[in-house]
Amino acid sequence: MTSYQHTIRQNRYQFDSLKTLLAKATPERSGDDLAGLSAANAEERVAAQWCLADLPLTTFLNEVVVPYEEDEVTRLIIDSHDQLAFAPIRHLTVGGLREWLLDYRTDSQQLAAVAAGITPEMAAAVAKIMRNQDLIAVAKKCQVITRFRNTLGLVGRFSSRLQPNHPTDDPQGIAAAIFDGLLYGCGDAVIGINPATDSPQAMTSLLHLIDELRQRYAMPVQSCVLAHVTTALQVIERGAPVDLVFQSIAGTEAANRSFGIDLALLNEANQAARSLQRGTVGNNVMYFETGQGSALSANAHHGVDQQTCEARAYAVARAFEPLLVNTVVGFIGPEYLYDGKQITRAALEDHFCAKLLGLPMGCDACYTNHAEADQNDIDNLLVLLASAGCTYVMGVPGADDIMLNYQSTSYHDIRFVQTTLGLRPAPEFEAWLQQLGVVDQAGLLIANERHRLLQSAAQLGGL
Amino acid sequence: MAEQPESAQLWQRLRQFTNARIGLGRVGDGLPTNAHLAFQQDHALARDAVHAQVDFAALASELQADFPHILRLKSAAVDRASYLKRPDLGRMLHADSRQQLERLESAPATIALVVADGLSAVAIERHAAPLLKLIKHQLSELGWSLAPLTLVEQGRVAIGDEIGELLRAELVVILIGERPGLSVADSLGIYLTYAPQRGRNDAERNCISNIHQQGLSYASASELLLYLLGQARQRRLTGVGLKDERHQLSQPTNPSLE
Repeated sequence: MTSYQHTIRQNRYQFDSLKTLLAKATPERSGDDLAGLSAANAEERVAAQWCLADLPLTTFLNEVVVPYEEDEVTRLIIDSHDQLAFAPIRHLTVGGLREWLLDYRTDSQQLAAVAAGITPEMAAAVAKIMRNQDLIAVAKKCQVITRFRNTLGLVGRFSSRLQPNHPTDDPQGIAAAIFDGLLYGCGDAVIGINPATDSPQAMTSLLHLIDELRQRYAMPVQSCVLAHVTTALQVIERGAPVDLVFQSIAGTEAANRSFGIDLALLNEANQAARSLQRGTVGNNVMYFETGQGSALSANAHHGVDQQTCEARAYAVARAFEPLLVNTVVGFIGPEYLYDGKQITRAALEDHFCAKLLGLPMGCDACYTNHAEADQNDIDNLLVLLASAGCTYVMGVPGADDIMLNYQSTSYHDIRFVQTTLGLRPAPEFEAWLQQLGVVDQAGLLIANERHRLLQSAAQLGGL
Repeated sequence: MAEQPESAQLWQRLRQFTNARIGLGRVGDGLPTNAHLAFQQDHALARDAVHAQVDFAALASELQADFPHILRLKSAAVDRASYLKRPDLGRMLHADSRQQLERLESAPATIALVVADGLSAVAIERHAAPLLKLIKHQLSELGWSLAPLTLVEQGRVAIGDEIGELLRAELVVILIGERPGLSVADSLGIYLTYAPQRGRNDAERNCISNIHQQGLSYASASELLLYLLGQARQRRLTGVGLKDERHQLSQPTNPSLE
């Protein structure tokens, strides 16, 4: 194993492996402290960053952070690495890659062309020596377009997942929240419910609920019930209307096992959902969620820092050409991301790394009540993410998820950022909203006390 | 402030189906002032609940009549910040507290009752004393012996196991403040472990969650606790192998406590 070192004044810092170097170079966060992986002080951190900047990118092809023999995610990363795509940046160091990414001449096309040549560890490494503004500027240049019943990720567009969760899966409570969200123009990324009960019956009845609404109003949207992938496979077999298959994923084989999945199972689910051919403009059928800290909390991080583990999860995601991927950035709690500053940094890193690797990346910008964060932190993050070209965020009624007990972004928040930054939802969905009289030509909400959707909401529960 | 639109009544009716913040109305794209401040208020209550300190001295004096032997303990987490960042420290006793219990050389007991602040001081201040008195009353009727009552600062659930082990208790029962949500900031949870000892995992404990004004009542919580304690002693275990089989209704759980 190579040793890495850097000297600042008379202090010589030595890092005995690539994963140690990556961990010590990571901007401060509580999860790496908890794992005992962080730099001892600010000087050691910046020494690691200097050292990392000088590292040739080819190092990442020769030294892995989780052993190849023990981990199928490492095998996926190494075996699927595209040498041809890598060629234009092969000669660069990590610091050189940062400058190449920021260069005017590096445009969307070039970024898309090198994506398959960049490994998650390279993406994580360069992120560690980038400021927040660098992460935003480069992510903004990355364009990733995916399709199912509408087109996501186009320039000038900003989409949302309508998240109408209910603690007992009450169909009328869920439907009421869906009508509310649609009247704010939300839901083009997906109408996605986290079920309170992970059972085939619950999943099937929720799928029918959304599918009937979708057909009644001819909505160009896709639905998803975020049950376990094995539950989705069961209901697909029984003929349930499954648009997207959801799964939480992580960056090591052991962490994925703790989620009850492996690559073979994800492949099976992807094939099963594709075979239904339910998409109209495309057939990206997978929806993945990730989040820094998941590998550590499953004690499956192999001494790798949480941001690098997270980037490795994107290698898993991109193997299945998903419609949607998002990090659930502040959900895991303050022992992994302590406050608004750490949550913001992690969200921008995750968005950047995923986009660089070619994923349609969104973000659940969120926090729990024991984190040092509040709605102002989320407002700030929302503006940063939208400026970075983030594909979508969550639309939760009043930002308060009463099923998962955390705070995210609201229907209002999505409207705020779209209006303020001049962004629009997916084109097919926007046309539908205009046709239905929800928004006008300028994209502003139309006040209408007798709207068709309101009248439908009034029918709920036989009212 | 914004006038009530016609649809306000409709949303009011739809709220019978969900506690979600639906039909809030809007001003431009923003929230009406009332809805905005209502959210701020709920978040403020939750934040205060997390950061408030339990007045354990007051709690001890309130409980003195029912519990002649009360011990005040601390976890290894020295303050709230380290409690939040280092879950491992909140799960172990401070060295001084551990010594205090070791020196006690207490006689074996059936039940060790523990109170820890957890993530909601309000929950403990509001519910711990009345609930403990009820539990104590019901336990005395069974004639089960009680170890000294312990009150723990900056404690997490698993700290009960270390305390139960040192007090040589057959079962440990810990009352703890649950992570505050926006709708409820004072929810209390009870966890029980048979043959408590350091290193037990979550699958070896039972949980009675969601004890507060709008949730599980003291009477129901205590009834369920007594039932589980009885079953645990008979079957010599707690955890996934022990379920509430009194009726088919499942108890609400709160897996996000920590």
